[in-house]
Amino acid sequence: MAQTVLHKADTRGVADHGWLKSYQSFSFAGYYNPERINFGALRVLNDDIVSGGRGFGEHPHDNMEIISIPLEGELQHRDSMGNIATIKSGEIQVMSAGTGIYHAEYNPDTNHPAKFLQIWVFPNKRNVTPRYDQVLVDTKGKKNEWIQILSPNPDDAGVWIHQDAWFNMANFDAGVSQTYSLHSPDHGVYIFVLAGELEIEGRTLAARDGLGIWETTQFEVKATADARFLLMEVPMKF
Amino acid sequence: MEAQTPIDILIVGTNRSIMETIARLIDKDGEWLATIANNQSEALAICRSKDFGLALIGAGLSPSEEEELQQAWSANYPNMPIVKHYGGGSGLLYAEIYKALGN
Repeated sequence: MAQTVLHKADTRGVADHGWLKSYQSFSFAGYYNPERINFGALRVLNDDIVSGGRGFGEHPHDNMEIISIPLEGELQHRDSMGNIATIKSGEIQVMSAGTGIYHAEYNPDTNHPAKFLQIWVFPNKRNVTPRYDQVLVDTKGKKNEWIQILSPNPDDAGVWIHQDAWFNMANFDAGVSQTYSLHSPDHGVYIFVLAGELEIEGRTLAARDGLGIWETTQFEVKATADARFLLMEVPMKF
Repeated sequence: MEAQTPIDILIVGTNRSIMETIARLIDKDGEWLATIANNQSEALAICRSKDFGLALIGAGLSPSEEEELQQAWSANYPNMPIVKHYGGGSGLLYAEIYKALGN
């Protein structure tokens, strides 16, 4: 029987640095909850709001697959590999930090905040060569289907990472139901609702709620209101 | 009130600037004190001269070096928790340390 864990939006950690407001589904930086460390290989899910003209100064990372998904506005990225890029809503950015990378990110729009998801996945191999990539994922007009934005395969849709993980974005109309089939019975799925309402395994999820589901090979996702959500499949043991 | 003796934390990794960042973050806590080892042999040598409450393995060591370190530490310092550090900065560091120290 499928196992589930529900993380309501208002139970997330909150860090308010003035220029950055971060809602953290799992323990991160100053937020520590021993019951909320990770969901399988998914270690970080931060729902960040960066004030206009502000951002993260240069800082290091290593041994982590770091995915950024802008939701509103844009972010400028600069890193120690020489990459300078801007990512905006509709795009997805990935960094394999591997042996080490320095980067900085800021919101170039001084008038509006940038909103984005920052997601960290444990790599399946330590000390890989650092890499950066970003792709445009066209989700507009695509409704009631899974839109793959990440996989372990360089030739597949979306970005790829060093882990057996698959991410899908979805926009479901109210009343629509779809089955999601996992790639392995040893995997789990963490669903994060961006807007609207879903029903999964008898659980109701509202905006910014997260649900982890594992020990199953497939499950049904029903939108009880128009809903936009992110579905992250990751290994539970890695 | 008597000041608590800080917990010594050994961090091992080959990227000097990332190690320095991690050491700065650890020292900032006030209750922990970081020592940097830049490679496997340095890590083993430092452990012979000082007791550590925790060891963090950072980036840059080969899989065999990581394995040998873990084996040597487990054999010689069975009470010292050993953690593979991920992320390279403040994101996961405190949770890794709290969890290892049983906080």
